[in-house]
Amino acid sequence: MYTTELGKTDGSLAQISQEDPALVEAFEARVAADEFIEPKDWMPEAYRRTLVRQISQHAHSEIVGMLPEGNWLTRAPSLRRKAVLLAKIQDEAGHGLYLYCAAETLGVSRAEMIDALHTGRAKYSTIFNYPTLTWADIGAIGWLVDGAAIMNQVPLQRTSYGPYARAMVRVCKEESFHQRQGYEIMMAMCAGTPDQKAMAQDALDRWWWPSLMMFGPPDDNSPNSAQSMRWRIKRDSNDELRQKFVDITKPQADHLGLEIPDKDLKWNEARGHYDFGAIDWEEFYAVVRGEGPVAKERMKARREAWEQGAWVRDAADAHEAKQRARASA
Amino acid sequence: MNRDFFPADTRTDSAPHGAMFDYLLRLGDDSLILCQRLTEWCGHAPALEIDLSLANIGLDLIGQATLFLNFAGAIEDRGRDGDRLAFHRDASDFRNCLLVEQPNGDFAQTMARQFLFSTAQLGLFEQLMLSTEPRIAEIAAKGVKEVRYHADLAADWIVRLGDGTDESRNRMVVGLDWCWRFIDELFLVDDVEAGLIEQGIAVDRSALRGAFDARLSSVLADAGLPAPVYPRGVRGGRAGRHSEHLGHLLATMQHLPRSYPDAVW
Ligand SMILES: [Fe+2]
Ligand SMILES: [Fe+2]
Repeated sequence: MYTTELGKTDGSLAQISQEDPALVEAFEARVAADEFIEPKDWMPEAYRRTLVRQISQHAHSEIVGMLPEGNWLTRAPSLRRKAVLLAKIQDEAGHGLYLYCAAETLGVSRAEMIDALHTGRAKYSTIFNYPTLTWADIGAIGWLVDGAAIMNQVPLQRTSYGPYARAMVRVCKEESFHQRQGYEIMMAMCAGTPDQKAMAQDALDRWWWPSLMMFGPPDDNSPNSAQSMRWRIKRDSNDELRQKFVDITKPQADHLGLEIPDKDLKWNEARGHYDFGAIDWEEFYAVVRGEGPVAKERMKARREAWEQGAWVRDAADAHEAKQRARASA
Repeated sequence: MNRDFFPADTRTDSAPHGAMFDYLLRLGDDSLILCQRLTEWCGHAPALEIDLSLANIGLDLIGQATLFLNFAGAIEDRGRDGDRLAFHRDASDFRNCLLVEQPNGDFAQTMARQFLFSTAQLGLFEQLMLSTEPRIAEIAAKGVKEVRYHADLAADWIVRLGDGTDESRNRMVVGLDWCWRFIDELFLVDDVEAGLIEQGIAVDRSALRGAFDARLSSVLADAGLPAPVYPRGVRGGRAGRHSEHLGHLLATMQHLPRSYPDAVW
């Protein structure tokens, strides 16, 4: 997921032990009572750091996520599809902006966060390290990736940090449109020519497993989840969300007439859920390490945009400074 | 024969559909091709805020293109809609001005192109709101607010970059310099438009040049940039004689519909 723990946790336990137990206790009580923590409120350093890491990783995911879709924006096959995709990618840029702003309330600047991304210290969702090879991939991303994002983000509207929760409210309003436009593309392709149907199936084949990996490592191998859940930064476990995703998505695939590439996927009457096959976690951890198929391309694109745009940002700052100087002269 | 002898409504009816179709293509293709250029920036802009503004402009432009091209298809009445016109015409059948098909270059060149085009388009739409063809008047009225925002946003960047640093100023000079030769074409009136102007359907573009020049000088002055030295104008877009750039742009844009002509997307 955009917010799965992908970065290393910093050893902040020492710090916590120095924090005033009364403050910590009051904080924990507020969180347990589902109160929102606001920027000016006292918070444990580890809580602050976890949030910075999670929110900035979420922001980076929105921004890097513009690239695979932007790859097809210039080739969108109709005026309407082009307009809808452009609006969708614009929303993602907006999400990135809200999230950077939310993280900035924790005392870290956007430039610092972007630097952490560009130097590989910060992570972004593993899903965006896979290439978009046909137009059907744009459908599959909306359907599966935004679908998974919704599942993760809806509970985050009640996350304990106020600015993050409020950013999520705005984000969630837009996500359902994203998923619908993706599914609509898939429906058109599945109702289309044999070539189109084949592209749709191929897209599902390639995006299915990476989509399941978006929810992060299994619960028994997700060391920080318990702490995050206690702090109400996270509200559902990785495996719970993943199961929910499979349960909702399988009938959607059936409706499209597409086959999910998992021979172990079948309804389990006793559990009331679909069973599904084993996830290749080696693949997941490799992508987390930055070894995804197009990880280098994604980072190169982001770094180049930032470096080649430096003169524009510098000019804007210089102009503003000159304006101020002229006004006070 | 005294033209006033004919009642006004039959005069509108007698508008040559060929010219009207062509005029709508010019309006629609300008917006479509510029939108296509702006989408090339997506995800690569100098700042997130700029990505957002470029997408805003692109969305407005594709909206205009859709309305104009769908109307063009209806006027032509040969079963072609906006998509058919956008994705299944060859470069020589496109009627956009040369300015909008120019490559993005750096951000300064993109803003130079945007400022010049949007400022001209604003003057045009303000008058087209009064077109005797109600559908055109309606589309222009909807678009005029959008275009005012585009022109202002681009003007702000011309000033910011002109005034900012030595580098940004140099880049702005170079970006504008790329574009000067395409300005004349924005105000060109040919036979296709002359007849429509007479009927009050089209706007006399040549009459818009004065206001354009005035706005340009005032923005350049604010930016501390030199007044343009106009080179000889390059033209041909309105007649389908384009730059080398358009073919590549269309090869990308039309790739899917051309490769899979039977598909519906
Ligand atoms: Fe998003
Ligand atoms: Fe989204």
